[in-house]
Formats: sequence, structure tokens, C-alpha cells
Amino acid sequence: MEYLAYGAFFLTIAMTYALICLGLNVQWGQTGLFNVGVAAFVGAGAYTSGLFTTPAVVDRLGGFDLPIWIGWIAAALVGGVLSFLVGALTIRMRTDYLAITTFGIAITLQLAFQNLEWLTGGVFGMSFIPRAFGELQGRAIAFNMSNLALSAAMVFAVYLLLQHLMRSPWGRVLRAVREDETAAQSMGKNPVSLRLQAFVLGGAIMGLAGAVQAHFIGFIAPANYLPMMTFQVWAMLIVGGSGNNRGAILGAVLVWAIWALSGSIISEVFPADQQARAASLQIVVIGVMLCLILLWRPQGILPEARTSSRHLGKRSDKGPKP
Amino acid sequence: MSPQVLIDGIIAGSTIGLGAIGLTLTYAILRFANFTHGDFLAWGAYMTLTVSGFLGGLLAGLGIGDPLGPFSFGWGLPLSLLAGMALTVLLTLGLDKVLFGRLRRRGADAIIIVMASFGASMALRSLLEFIFTANPAYFTRELQIAQKIGMGMRATPDQMLTVGLTAVLVIVLHVFVTRSSTGRAMRAVSENPGLAGVYGLDVQKVIRVTWIIGAGLACFAGVMSGLLVQIRPYMGFDLLLPLFAAAILGGIGSIPGAMLGGLIIGLAEAVTVQVVGAEWRAGVAFVVLVLVLILRPSGLFGRRV
Repeated sequence: MEYLAYGAFFLTIAMTYALICLGLNVQWGQTGLFNVGVAAFVGAGAYTSGLFTTPAVVDRLGGFDLPIWIGWIAAALVGGVLSFLVGALTIRMRTDYLAITTFGIAITLQLAFQNLEWLTGGVFGMSFIPRAFGELQGRAIAFNMSNLALSAAMVFAVYLLLQHLMRSPWGRVLRAVREDETAAQSMGKNPVSLRLQAFVLGGAIMGLAGAVQAHFIGFIAPANYLPMMTFQVWAMLIVGGSGNNRGAILGAVLVWAIWALSGSIISEVFPADQQARAASLQIVVIGVMLCLILLWRPQGILPEARTSSRHLGKRSDKGPKP
Repeated sequence: MSPQVLIDGIIAGSTIGLGAIGLTLTYAILRFANFTHGDFLAWGAYMTLTVSGFLGGLLAGLGIGDPLGPFSFGWGLPLSLLAGMALTVLLTLGLDKVLFGRLRRRGADAIIIVMASFGASMALRSLLEFIFTANPAYFTRELQIAQKIGMGMRATPDQMLTVGLTAVLVIVLHVFVTRSSTGRAMRAVSENPGLAGVYGLDVQKVIRVTWIIGAGLACFAGVMSGLLVQIRPYMGFDLLLPLFAAAILGGIGSIPGAMLGGLIIGLAEAVTVQVVGAEWRAGVAFVVLVLVLILRPSGLFGRRV
């Protein structure tokens, strides 16, 4: 029975990563925007939701004790606004300026989470974040299972929304801009505005994912939102298959499994004083894996289905009809 | 604000500037933002440290291991620095051979190469942490007294030496790029690689020279930072954002620009540490970056090598 509870716990975390991955897939897979600051958008969402939903505390602002769903909405909004600001600054410039700027915002927000004690609780983070189905906390299986159901339902909902959007005219123009900007522009489309819209949508999903994660774990701290997280999410998307929403979900579960498994092997094999050191090997493995996939199979496990329109054949590849 | 800020800023800025020169050259000539560049600094420092570990015993046996004049290190460090630079060059050329070069030949988008550099940077940095652990290391345990150099400012002999060497390196490099035929070829490739190839320039050689210059300076900057502060696996990662900000502030491809950008960021960091607090130091480079992107995205010295 413990395995069942652990399995549900593992999958729930994997589902929250799948949500982040879906957000990243809108930015990278569909639009070709390289976001090196994923952790910043996830962290902003988590902290926003924490601020709105925790009970009042004395040593920092808020604790407004609002319901969880308000936290979710606020997290998505903050993720979106943050993406808009970053995107508006850099999207019209060369593509790697966006990468550098998102890298910068990740470092700066990490610093803010640590130093703005009156807002974030500093290095000790925020605790007592209300957990979904908190009344079941005493029973591990029931609690983990209901959270798994909730997070899986959210992944499914976002998946359906994105599938629908990608098959809509909006998604088609987005891919057109990604493939050939000049051609799309000559058809009267505005590439900058389209890219910005996709970047904001992806950032909002990441913010939401941060909130979902925070409300499952119940505690957040600056150390959760290190560049490591960005790196993991990228590995997930590239392994699963960028441009393919099912690939994003598959990659999240797979890479998270590799991560959890290698982590438990390390804790079995290495003595306690060497574990921190050995854990860095995990990162080496994921980094090498990312490079190998970029070299040998850049399309990932589930490649993107190349269809210009659902009216033009290859419909079997596109999942259920709308 | 004490005038010491000026010295602190110039010292930090020299490291950033040297690192940023390599970054700006790869950016202009290989056309991608190399996230691995920070880790070249760290690898350079660690490889120099390893060599100096071997060499230290040997020189002490020969009786010439004592510190040189007013400095905190003996002949071991300059000799191992040369070896470390050669090893860092090998590291970058190897990485170009197995990763970046392959992607380039396949005609991959610049952004895919950026992503590969991001993956390689994570792997390289964690490998350092695995080999050398996360504990800081030092080139020397000698203590140095900061000496008065006028107007209420103080600097150690090590600091003055490294700042002087930085100035010499930058001037030599600038003359090389503006006057030599290899330098002209580098500028041609950065303007238009296809046309430069058609014209009969050896583009592969230019790429090699770019890595050699970038790696050599990265190793120097890493050793400098290791000598004046400390050596940590994350030292390169922590410098990466200042390096990018300096390269963009100076104007991609401009060597004097990168150096000036590095000094400006070093000074801004020193002022921030005094005025706002040391805990915000890492955010300074981001503020500078955002200001440059808003006010003058092409940087101070526009586009040229």
C-alpha cells in the first residue's frame, strides 16, 4: 500500500511538471522562443498563490487566506504579466536576446525570493500553504490519489485547450511565423504580436503549474526554483518531443522517473557524506542526454505531426476531431 | 561612498571584461550566445589549480617554490596558468568538435546551438562539482596586506598585477584583431561567413582562432578570480549573466566594448554593494542588461569586431 501512495505522489509531481512542459511547448515547440528562465515563471506563480491563500502571518505581508482556486487564477495572471514584460522587451530583437533576458530574470527573481523577506519569507520560504484535499491528509493513499486525480485533470484540461488552440487558425499562423517569418509577414500577419501572445500564454500556464505544485507540497522556498528546474523541464520537453503536446506530457513523466530513480540509486549506493557530490552526477547525465538528443534525434520520442491544416489529410495523426 | 569602490569595481570589472571578450567573439563569429562560456572560466581555474598542485611540489623540491617579491604566489602559478590555458583551449576545441561543430554542419538553427550550450554548461559545471566537490579551493594560502595607493584607496600587489596584465592583454588583442590578417579574416567572417568562405578565407581556421582566444582569456579570467576571491564550481555560472550583460552593453563583436562593458558592470556592482547591500549584487547585471535593451539595444560600439 505504501507503494501505491508513493506511486500516486510520484505521478502527481510528474503531472505538475507536465503542466510546466505544456507551457514551455507553447513557447518553444509551437513558436520557437527559447526561455531559459522557466523556474522564474513557475516560482512567481507559486509565491503569488502562496501569498493569497496562506493564513495570516506576522513576519511577512499577507496570508490573505483566500480559496485555492483564487490562488491558481492569480498565479496564472502573474505568470502571464511577467512573460508580457519580458517578451515586450526582447521579442522583437534577435532570438537569443530573449534567452539571455529570461536567464537574467530567473537569477533576479531567485534573488528576490531570497531577499524580500517581508513578501516571501526569505530563505525559510512560505509554509502552511493550504493543500488541495487537505482534510484527507491523515490518510496518505486517499490524499495522494485525490491530488493525482486533480493534477491529471488539470493537465488534461490544459492539453485539450492547447490542442484546440493549435488546430485553430491562431495556432496555424503561429507555426507559419515559426517556419517562415517573412512569408507570414507578407500575408499580413504580425509576427511580433503573435510571438508575444504565445509567450504570455506559455508563461501563464507555467505560473499556474507553480501554484498547483505549491498547493500539493504545502511549502515553498527559494531553493525550489533554481536553474536546475529550468534545465529539467527543458530535458523533459526535448526528450518527449517539442511541438507535440503528448510528447511534452510523456517527456515529463519519463525524465521525472529517470530523475527519481537515479536519485534513489545514489542514496542507496553512496555513503551519506558523499551523496551531495554524487547527486551532481544526475545533472551530468541529464545534460549529456539533452545534448545527445539534440545531436541524434532532435525531434524527440514523439515528433511533431506536420500538418498545415486539419482539412488537408494526415488527420489520423492529429488526435480526436474537435 | 568611499573611493575604494573604484578599485573594487575595476578589479571585478577586469575579470568580467576578459570573460566577456571571449563571449562577444564567439557570439559575433560563431553566431550563438554561448551559455558554456562561464564554465570555461571555472574549468580554466580548476585545471590551473590541478597543474599547480603537481608543479608546486616539484618547484619546492628545486628550491624555487617561494612567493615572488610582493606577490602571494611563486613561479608555479604563472607556469600552471600557461598549462591551464592550453588545457582550456583543448576543452573548447573538443567541445566544438563533438557538439557545436556537428550542429553547425547540420545547419541547425542558432537557437538549437544555444540550447546545446545550455545543456553542456549544466553537465560541465556538475562534473566540476563531482570531481572537486562544492567546497571552495584556493591557489595560495598566503595573506596579503592591501597597500595605500593614494586618495584613500588600497589594493594588494596581486590585484594591481592582474589589473595591469588585463590592460596589456586587451591592448595586444585589439592590435591583433585590427592589424593582423587573421584579425581581418575574423572581422570578415563576423560580417558575412558565406561571403568570406567564397572569397577564399579559411573559415575553419577563423573558428579555431576564435575558440583559442576565447578559451585563453576565459582561463586567465578564471584564474584571476580564483586568485583574488576563490575557486568554486559555480564561479563561472555566477559570472555568466555579468558576461552577457557586458558583451551586449559593449556591442556584440566589439573587444574594447566588452572590456568597457565589464568595467561598467564591475563598478555598478561595487556601488550596489556599498549603497544597497551585498545581497543584491547578482541582480545588478540584469538591471544593466534591461536598461541597455531599452535604451540602446545595439550597445555602445555597435556591430564590429
